[in-house]
Amino acid sequence: MLDKNGIAKRIAQEVKDGYYVNLGIGIPTLVANFVRDDIEVEFQSENGVLGMGPFPFEGEEDADIINAGKQTITTLPGASFFDSAMSFSMIRGQHVDLTILGAMEVSENGDIANWKIPGKMVKGMGGAMDLVASAENIIVAMMHTNRAGASKLLKKCSLPLTGVGCVKKIVTNMAVLEVTPKGFELLERAPGVSVDDIIKATEGDLIIKAEVPEMSI
Amino acid sequence: MINKKVENVADALKGVSDNMTFMFGGFGLSGIPENAIAQLVKLNLKGLTCISNNAGVDDFGLGLLLQQKQIKKMVSSYVGENDEFERQMLSGELDVELIPQGTLAERCRAAQAGFPAFYTPAGYGTEVAEGKEVREFDGKMHVLEYAFKADFAFIKAWKGDAAGNLIFKGTARNFNPNMCGAAKITVVEVEELLPVGTLDPNEIHIPGIFVQRIFKGAHFEKRIEQRTVRQKA
Repeated sequence: MLDKNGIAKRIAQEVKDGYYVNLGIGIPTLVANFVRDDIEVEFQSENGVLGMGPFPFEGEEDADIINAGKQTITTLPGASFFDSAMSFSMIRGQHVDLTILGAMEVSENGDIANWKIPGKMVKGMGGAMDLVASAENIIVAMMHTNRAGASKLLKKCSLPLTGVGCVKKIVTNMAVLEVTPKGFELLERAPGVSVDDIIKATEGDLIIKAEVPEMSI
Repeated sequence: MINKKVENVADALKGVSDNMTFMFGGFGLSGIPENAIAQLVKLNLKGLTCISNNAGVDDFGLGLLLQQKQIKKMVSSYVGENDEFERQMLSGELDVELIPQGTLAERCRAAQAGFPAFYTPAGYGTEVAEGKEVREFDGKMHVLEYAFKADFAFIKAWKGDAAGNLIFKGTARNFNPNMCGAAKITVVEVEELLPVGTLDPNEIHIPGIFVQRIFKGAHFEKRIEQRTVRQKA
């Protein structure tokens, strides 16, 4: 079973040379820590920066340079700033190569719910609806089950949707799965996790083709 | 040169009244028009509709207007940092319209650019699209969204001149340029108000034609919402 850093580490393998990448809040943010040094990648933050760098050293924080999580950040050589409409032109116009975001639920047809729990959590969708509606390449990073132990990979989402039929790949603490027309196809299992464990933790239709390799991370 | 300069925030906000619709630049607390907000608190206008990506925090930004119950309706994409906001929303005191962030930016830009409406894929198939016109383009479904209509846009820029030309800094730019000229009156507060002719015309982000009033803000706290640092190795 992976921890959050393990999930981020596995997703980092999906980040390719020359990619512009948008990282959501939570586990996705950790992905930046595990991207190989020998490839060139630029991180976009939808509040208006491309070429995002690490957090600043203490004393060098700038209220005018933050990421979409409102955290103080730095920029790398070659970075640029832009307004919100241009930022979403990059996203809606499919100029961003890879979008990684968290989810509360994903359904077997690729629907995603991650912005609202009616009557409980109503913080808003931020840029998530724009991202999932337009991105060609979306990876969801999340735990396989919720705190109560119930599956987050469902036949049908129970929470209000963020987008329909948009998720392509899911990396959880237990498995790597691809969304196919017939359901979740199990591609890899986490170290120490059996196919049976994954079957028990997955409510949606699971497609298991022959041998399922263990992730190499 | 058409002079847009006003002496202070009181002059800049002449004409604001109860029940108006205002736009506020800023992302989180970064690039918010602090001086205009402070003046609106002082004037204690009521029944306001506020278009802003976020709603501030409990004791800063638009949170200050919420504390005095000045806001009737918020139009935002993310409001997760404000307990008073959540309380007023769940109790029904505050009307809230949550919309996708890119749609929010584009509804500003459409108002600025003279487009009455536009189609976007964002929100299709979700509750955001309920009751809205949808249309298929190239095999993909889109939702019709309308340009905002607002009385005032309150903008924060880094540098400006009396002609109303503006330069923004870092990610404090965000929604600010998109809201310039998107309301009947655009009011800009700047950190540095420079003599006309000082700013290089090649480097202007927003030309003065989109601005009606500009003033030097008396005070900028520029509060940091999430102070994150790394240790020196």
